Amino acid sequence: MPDFLLFALLGGLGVATVAGPLGSFVVWRRMAYFGDTLAHSALLGIAIGFLLDINLNLAVIFCCVGLALVLVTLQRQRMVATDTLLGIMAHSALSLGLVAVALLEIRVDLMSYLFGDLLAVSQLDLFWIYGGGVGVLVLLKLLWQPLLAITINEELAHVEGVNVPITRLILMLLIAIVIAIAMKIVGLLLITSLLIIPAASARRFATTPEQMAIGAAIVGCLSVMGGLTLSWHFDTPAGPSVVVAALGIFITLYALPAKQQQ
Amino acid sequence: MNHQHEPLIKLDKVNLHFGRNHVLQDITTELHKGCITTLIGPNGAGKTTLVRVILGLIKPSSGSIWQEDNLRIGYMPQKLQIDQTFPLTVERFLQTAQTANKETMIATLTDVGAESLFKQSIHNLSGGEMQRILLARALLRNPHLLVLDEPVQGVDINGQLELYNLISRIRDERGCGVLMISHDLHLVMASTDHVICINHHVCCSGHPEHVTNDPSFTELFGIKGSEQLAVYSHHHNHRHDEHGDVIPDPACDHSHNCNHDQGSPHA
Repeated sequence: MPDFLLFALLGGLGVATVAGPLGSFVVWRRMAYFGDTLAHSALLGIAIGFLLDINLNLAVIFCCVGLALVLVTLQRQRMVATDTLLGIMAHSALSLGLVAVALLEIRVDLMSYLFGDLLAVSQLDLFWIYGGGVGVLVLLKLLWQPLLAITINEELAHVEGVNVPITRLILMLLIAIVIAIAMKIVGLLLITSLLIIPAASARRFATTPEQMAIGAAIVGCLSVMGGLTLSWHFDTPAGPSVVVAALGIFITLYALPAKQQQ
Repeated sequence: MNHQHEPLIKLDKVNLHFGRNHVLQDITTELHKGCITTLIGPNGAGKTTLVRVILGLIKPSSGSIWQEDNLRIGYMPQKLQIDQTFPLTVERFLQTAQTANKETMIATLTDVGAESLFKQSIHNLSGGEMQRILLARALLRNPHLLVLDEPVQGVDINGQLELYNLISRIRDERGCGVLMISHDLHLVMASTDHVICINHHVCCSGHPEHVTNDPSFTELFGIKGSEQLAVYSHHHNHRHDEHGDVIPDPACDHSHNCNHDQGSPHA
């Protein structure tokens, strides 16, 4: 196996493993559009990163977290409905990013940011994916109970002593980190699919949240392997191929008879 | 009487404004250990809001709330909507309240008469079953104070009596304080020690009278019902305008804070 393929596989598996559990929260808490909005701001993060000459991964994380905070603040004002607000922010952030990239005359391969460049994963990327990924998984493990508690009911969680705003904020931070590291794999336009398709697939046969989180990670890894195989044999773009593979698994699972479905 | 027990929570002149609405007005009350307090009042009177203030979910605009150190509250919300995408069995749901072993969980479920649901998915429960599971979950925390927001909502009349009996048995066995909201002005369980009637302010509060011996009451509710239901009589000395503000009754001096502690039995 050539090095670039091995790196692509390792990178993809790393991202899918983290995206599974976190994607489950995105599905449970109906944050798909929210995740999409954060992902759209990633390009703006790249532009800011170039401008300030800081690490691009960090710049994307900061930009996503910043946008998440702005979103939460604006949501509280209740000036417009949340989905309208998300729509405005998502496309404005993406457009701002495109405009900024053009204005700053940054030489970037836009396509690779929009749709991912899995086959160009480098050793340094792997370091970021696994460093960030382990960090996210450790935080998830530590905060698993409070995260589940606020997902079941935030008021109940508050009465039972969970610090709801902080827990929610940490979840957003984790999503921002995953977006930053997953951008390399599927690109910012397709990140949400890597979060929600495996989780939605795993829901089919899961009876506990833990089963769904682990199942989503497994489905994500299978999608990466399937997508890479597709890309290798038919010379299709790697990122979209992974999403197509995930879709295939999703449809297959839902087509199966649902004996165990709860 | 249970009222002499130590206080768990004290509210002193709690006020809450939502914009121009004066939702809670000078609420002063206490909740005690081993005492069942029932909050009644019309729709939109601020019952749930008051409970949310007591639970710390809403900060009052003014006034103070004192609570016992390390007070553990078991809260049973009015209803709990769990997203279909969230796979959850009763067992796993109970575990999110408190790390408890299987025996404790099954014992608590048996307590509320829902042990057969242990392995079920939370999405397949009926309204009454869900209420019992929520109650079991609140109990698993070994609470000093049990807060129940309309615990019998969506439960048929026999189920309601059963649940009320269960709540009073829990109080007897565990000695915890209970605060519950009852939507119904007339159905207040016999074992309620203290009734607070609110309509933005405390209209009246006091002991419900046991009227089970009253022939007209027995006639009204039947023998079974009369053994378990009591009517807390209402003799208001004031009326309310459409904002819930008190319109003083000229025949009554209002400065005594409409104290109806000596509420007389309903006939």
